[in-house]
Amino acid sequence: MAQLFPKWTNKTPRMVASFFGVGAVGATLVVWKFFAPGFLWAGYRPQQPVPYSHLLHVGQLGLDCRYCHTGVERGAKAAVPPAATCMNCHRTIRADSPLLAPIREAAAGGKAVEWVKVHGLADYVYFDHSRHVNAGIGCVSCHGRIDQMEVVRQVAPLSMFWCLDCHRAPENHLRPREHVTSMDWKAEPDQRTLGLRLKQERGINPPQHCSACHR
Amino acid sequence: MVAEGAGRERATMGRDGAMQQGERAETRDTTALHDDPRSRAPLVIGGEDFHGVTEIVCGVHERPMPRGWYVGFALASSALLMLLCLIGWLFWEGLGIWGLNIPVGWGYAIVNFVFWIGIGHAGTLISAILYLLRQHWRTSINRFAEAMTIFAVICALLFPGIHVGRVWVAYWMLPIPNAMGMWPQFRSPLLWDVFAVSTYGTVSFLFWYMGMLPDLATFRDRATKRIKQIIYGVLAMGWRGSARHWLTYEKAYLLLAALSTPLVLSVHSIVSFDFAVSILPGWHTTIFPPYFVAGAVFSGFAMVQMLMLVARHSFRLKHLVTMRHIENMNKIMLVTGSMVGYAYAMEFFIAWYSGNPYEQYAFINRAFGPYAWAYWIMVSCNVIFPQLFWSKRVRTNIALSFVISVLVNVGMWFERFVIVITSLHRDYLPSSWGYYWPTWVDVCTLIGSFGLFFTLFLLFLRFLPIIAMFEVKAVMPQADPHFDEPASHPVPAVAVASGAAAGRTQVADASKEGA
Repeated sequence: MAQLFPKWTNKTPRMVASFFGVGAVGATLVVWKFFAPGFLWAGYRPQQPVPYSHLLHVGQLGLDCRYCHTGVERGAKAAVPPAATCMNCHRTIRADSPLLAPIREAAAGGKAVEWVKVHGLADYVYFDHSRHVNAGIGCVSCHGRIDQMEVVRQVAPLSMFWCLDCHRAPENHLRPREHVTSMDWKAEPDQRTLGLRLKQERGINPPQHCSACHR
Repeated sequence: MVAEGAGRERATMGRDGAMQQGERAETRDTTALHDDPRSRAPLVIGGEDFHGVTEIVCGVHERPMPRGWYVGFALASSALLMLLCLIGWLFWEGLGIWGLNIPVGWGYAIVNFVFWIGIGHAGTLISAILYLLRQHWRTSINRFAEAMTIFAVICALLFPGIHVGRVWVAYWMLPIPNAMGMWPQFRSPLLWDVFAVSTYGTVSFLFWYMGMLPDLATFRDRATKRIKQIIYGVLAMGWRGSARHWLTYEKAYLLLAALSTPLVLSVHSIVSFDFAVSILPGWHTTIFPPYFVAGAVFSGFAMVQMLMLVARHSFRLKHLVTMRHIENMNKIMLVTGSMVGYAYAMEFFIAWYSGNPYEQYAFINRAFGPYAWAYWIMVSCNVIFPQLFWSKRVRTNIALSFVISVLVNVGMWFERFVIVITSLHRDYLPSSWGYYWPTWVDVCTLIGSFGLFFTLFLLFLRFLPIIAMFEVKAVMPQADPHFDEPASHPVPAVAVASGAAAGRTQVADASKEGA
């Protein structure tokens, strides 16, 4: 009987096996890396309706985070300030700037400024700012160097992996409460020693069970 | 070995004498008081030679299918379609369409899972353990049983897959890197299940497929249409039947057999851990692993028996699947059925002996509570009816064998039902006590899973070699290298251990001739 298949088909089993082997590992790695919040969401930097600069207000003028984000120590949400907060200063400083027109209009009782939310968590995640701030997690740990950002962008992936990383080893981020809003605070002697001491002193034991966040 | 012994004895009489001698051996066997290995019934009757075996098995595939096949396929594929629709609806609507509710959170899905996984035990037991034990009668039924194993494992894997509720995250069961920083719970037997069943499925598939290569090559060589030649050529993966092929094949088969043997025991042990590791009265029992394995082999053999009897009749396989095969299967069912019966009794004994009132309640409630009907169906089908196999007349009666194997399948399904439901429906708090009843969706999903099983099985009958031709040939007297020269080689009194290996090499050439 004549040969059914040409000679090169001898290689097909190996080719098929390696294709599926490489394919399975490759697909897993691609999904893991590129379908993850760290790739999809980190770096999100939406354009805001008013070009508010954290670089100017925090970095150069030295405003404390809590001046505007008043809810951060008491509530689940840090809160975006009302236009009235802006007007505390801008009633006198650059009172006529055209860039601030939407703020003045909102403060006068008009349409509120529609700030675009940068850091969003999924609806099925319970998160409370006050719990974290009062435990001694600095703003910078999650939000990055806001004082160096002209336009705020998301630095952390905000993935579950990332949350759990800190819940599993909070000593890498714990700091004294008075330095929570500080952007350039350095731990003495080093973060790990200090973090472990603070964790011990305050009895910090972040939950890792499902219903801690998925309530 | 024993078959070779019988073969050598007959070999002196030449080809024509073999048939008469075979028949005589069969009659002698039924009347023998002691089980003399040299007088066992031959494994192939009807005076078939190598070519006859090839013709019988290839004929199933090459002749048009009997009308019953089409009727069966229509029914099975309709049931499969129903299953797919119901699964689609389940994904859309959620688990509420099943009868699950607290306190019974494990209903039909888990019952069916354990049932199907149990069915899947006979194949690998026959192909691996009986192979290592050199039980030559396995050759006529192992392909069949292995195919059944694969299809049963597919049915089994379906149920936990659709039971998880959110199927789109079913991949969470696998330990792959993800953005959640989560691994599966390695301390949970439910995860061990994932590994145990998927390993079992993979190894069983490899075993089945690899064992089929020489027969697929025969199909390829006999094919007359180009398209069939190509399809079976691809499936046969270039098998030429050279000595080197056979050497590699035999080694690989032995290794896979050694690998599968512990799997046969481990899979259902781990399935039983799903129950035994929990702390529920009636589940938290150390007897569960061996009890489950015995039950699995029991139900698996019952299913093989049931399907084999039908196929034997419809496809004229009576020369290859003989009364000796049927009787051997019935004997295994008798043994494993008795083991299961012992386990039932021992559960009650331990409940009494432990002095634990909750354990005692669980078992009294099982036998006399609201699910007593299911319990007694289970006991009668699994313990009482198989005991009829003590009688040789029942063991060798085809109709009774069929009926009892069907009953055993029913009984083994009810065993899982009894285990899952009765322990759950009495919660720790009497105020939570309930009564589980399946919805029509549950019942139709079970029927649909039979549809899936039989669709695959009927396709197997139609398109693949349903009996391992080359293995059957190896246990025939003609496989003896000295078959054709009886005078120059007198028969030794004791069977020679190397007979099987020598016979296999001979078949390599013979199957080429046949093809």
